[in-house]
Amino acid sequence: MSEAQPPPKDSLVRVRNVDKVFRRGSEEVHVLGGLNLEIPEGEFLALMGPSGSGKSTLLNLVGGLDRPSQGEIAVGDVRVDRLSNRKLAAWRARHIGLVFQFYNLMPVLSARKNVELPLLLTHLSRSERRKRAEIALDIVGLSHRLNHYPRTLSGGEQQRVGIARAIVTDPTLLLCDEPTGDLDRKSGDEVLDLLQALNRDQGKTIIMVTHDMQAASRAGRTLYLDKGQLSTEANV
Amino acid sequence: MKYLLLILSNLKRHKLRTALTMLSILVAFLLFAYLAAIRTAFTAGIDVADLDRLIVRHKVSLVQLLPASYEARIEQIEGVDEAVGQTWFGGYYQEQRNQFAQMPVEPEEFMDVYPEFVLSDEEREAWLSTRTGAIAGRQIAERFGWKVGDRIPITASIWTKADGSQVWDFDLVGIYDAGKKGTDDTQFFFRYDYFDESRPEWGRGLVGWYTVRIDDPERSAEISAAIDAEFANSQAETKAEPEGAFLQGFANQIGDIGFIMTSIVAMVFFTILLVAGNTMAYAVRERTNELAVLKALGFTDIGVLGLILGEALLLTAIGGGIGLLLGWLMVRGGDPTNGMLPVFFIPDRDLVIGIVLIAVTAFVAGILPALQAQRLRIADALRR
Repeated sequence: MSEAQPPPKDSLVRVRNVDKVFRRGSEEVHVLGGLNLEIPEGEFLALMGPSGSGKSTLLNLVGGLDRPSQGEIAVGDVRVDRLSNRKLAAWRARHIGLVFQFYNLMPVLSARKNVELPLLLTHLSRSERRKRAEIALDIVGLSHRLNHYPRTLSGGEQQRVGIARAIVTDPTLLLCDEPTGDLDRKSGDEVLDLLQALNRDQGKTIIMVTHDMQAASRAGRTLYLDKGQLSTEANV
Repeated sequence: MKYLLLILSNLKRHKLRTALTMLSILVAFLLFAYLAAIRTAFTAGIDVADLDRLIVRHKVSLVQLLPASYEARIEQIEGVDEAVGQTWFGGYYQEQRNQFAQMPVEPEEFMDVYPEFVLSDEEREAWLSTRTGAIAGRQIAERFGWKVGDRIPITASIWTKADGSQVWDFDLVGIYDAGKKGTDDTQFFFRYDYFDESRPEWGRGLVGWYTVRIDDPERSAEISAAIDAEFANSQAETKAEPEGAFLQGFANQIGDIGFIMTSIVAMVFFTILLVAGNTMAYAVRERTNELAVLKALGFTDIGVLGLILGEALLLTAIGGGIGLLLGWLMVRGGDPTNGMLPVFFIPDRDLVIGIVLIAVTAFVAGILPALQAQRLRIADALRR
C-alpha cells in the first residue's frame, strides 16, 4: 500500500486500498494495487506517469466509469463503488464533468447541442437548457461558435466545447484525461488557462491526467503513478 | 421528445445509407399494402359472407346443375327461411376480355337473401316488372359506362339462346351499391324466368346452386346435413355448406391466396429485417465511442438501449409509414385490372397489421444492436 501524502482535511475524494485487476484472456493484469488517495475540495491535481501506469484507470474509478476490483472510493458522502449501475449513471450526470483527450464530441450536433447533452438528463426546460449551454460556451469563450459543428472547429475550440459540456451541469468534480494531449502548445495553453480559471475562480475540484510536465505545472499538486502506486515524485 | 433531436441527428449521420434503408423498408410496406388489397380482392366474399347463408351445390362439382324444383323442397326444411337459385352465365360484354360475373336469379328472393346489394325502391320495382331487366354493381357499371335505361348485350359463352344466338339483350333497370365494405359490386344479375324460357330445352329447369338463408347460424351444420339428407340417393345429390366455407373453397381453386401473399410478404420482410438490422448494427458499431461518452455523461444503460431502439423505430416508421401511405394511395387509384377485381381496397385490419409490423420490424432490427449498446462498458469502449 502506498501513501502519497498525509490525507488533507475535508477530502472531497477518498480512495482507499483500491485494487484494479483487468483480465486479458486467462491472464490477470494488476493495474492498481492497494492505492490510497485523498483530494480536498477545490484542489487542482495533476496525475502523471508512464503509459499503462493506471492514470486513466484511476480517473475512471473516481468518476464512476469503472468499478474497483477491491477497495473503497468515495466522493463527498457517496460511496461510488457501492452504487448500482442506474444510480451510478445518475450520480455521474449530477457530480462529474469529463474532459477527454480527443474531445469526444458528437459530430452530428452543433456546439450548443453538444453542450446541452448532459442537460437532457435534467428536468430543465428546452429554453433553460439552451440558456445554460450558451452560458457555458460563453465561459469558454465560444459564444460566437454556438451553431458550429465539431468538424468546423479547431482542436482547441473542440476541447473548449468539451470543457463547456463538462461544466454545464456545475459538477462537483472535473476529470480531465490528457485534455491537451491532442493540441498544439498554444491551444493547450488556452485550455490549461481555462481549467486554472475554473479552479481558481469557481473553486472547481479538478483531477487532470497528463504526460506533459508543463501542463502538470499548472496544477496545485502533482502525483506520479507508476506500477499501480502513487508517489509525490517521479521515479526516474 | 427531448431525445428526438439526438435520434434524428444520428439518422442524418449517413444520409445515403439511411435513405437507402428507408427506401427498402418503404418498398416492403408498399408491397405489403398492395398485396393486402389483392388478397382482399380474392377473398373478400369470405370476409363478408353471412353466417346465416348456406350454399347448396351438386355433390360432384359446381359445374353439375341442380333441378330448379329443389328450391321448394329446400324451403320446406326446418330452419330454412328462403332459398334462391343462381347459375353461372359466363358471358362477356363486347369483347372477350370484358369478363365478369353474370347470374340469373329470381329478383324478389334474391334481394331478400342478399340485403347487402342495395337498390332504390324504384329500381327494385322496375326489375320485378321488366322481364329482360338486369341490375349491375356500381363498379362494373362505371367500368363500362352503363346507365339505367341502357340496353346491355351480353355474349354467352355457355348458354346460347334456344334460337342458337349467342347475344342476350338485357335492359339495365338498376345499379346496386355495396351495402357493406367488401361487397362485390362487379356483378350483373338478371331474371331467371327470362333466362329459363330463352335457353335451349336441355337446360331448362336447372340451376347452378342455391343460396339458402337460415334462421339460426349456430344450426348451419345441422341444417346443411338435413338438406343433403333430403336429396341423398337422388340423381342430383347435394353438398350444403356455409357460404364462407364455399367461397374459401372456390378461392382455393386458384391457390391458397392468403398463403401465397403471406409467403411473399414474409420473404420480403425477412430481407428487410436483414437490411434494417445491418444498418442498426453498423450504426452502433461505428458509434461505440460516442455511446460510451453518452453513458459517461450519465445516460443509463436502459436510456442508451432506448435511444437505439428509438432510432430503429424512427427509421422504420418513416420508411414503413410512407410505404403504407403510398400503397394506400395506389390502391385508391384503382385496381390494376381496370375493374375486373370484385373489390380492391386495403382492409382497416391490414393497415393496423402494417402499423404493428412497423413496430415489430423496428424492435427486431434494433434489439440486438441496442442490447450491445446497453451492455457497453464505458471504460473499455473509451479505450478503443
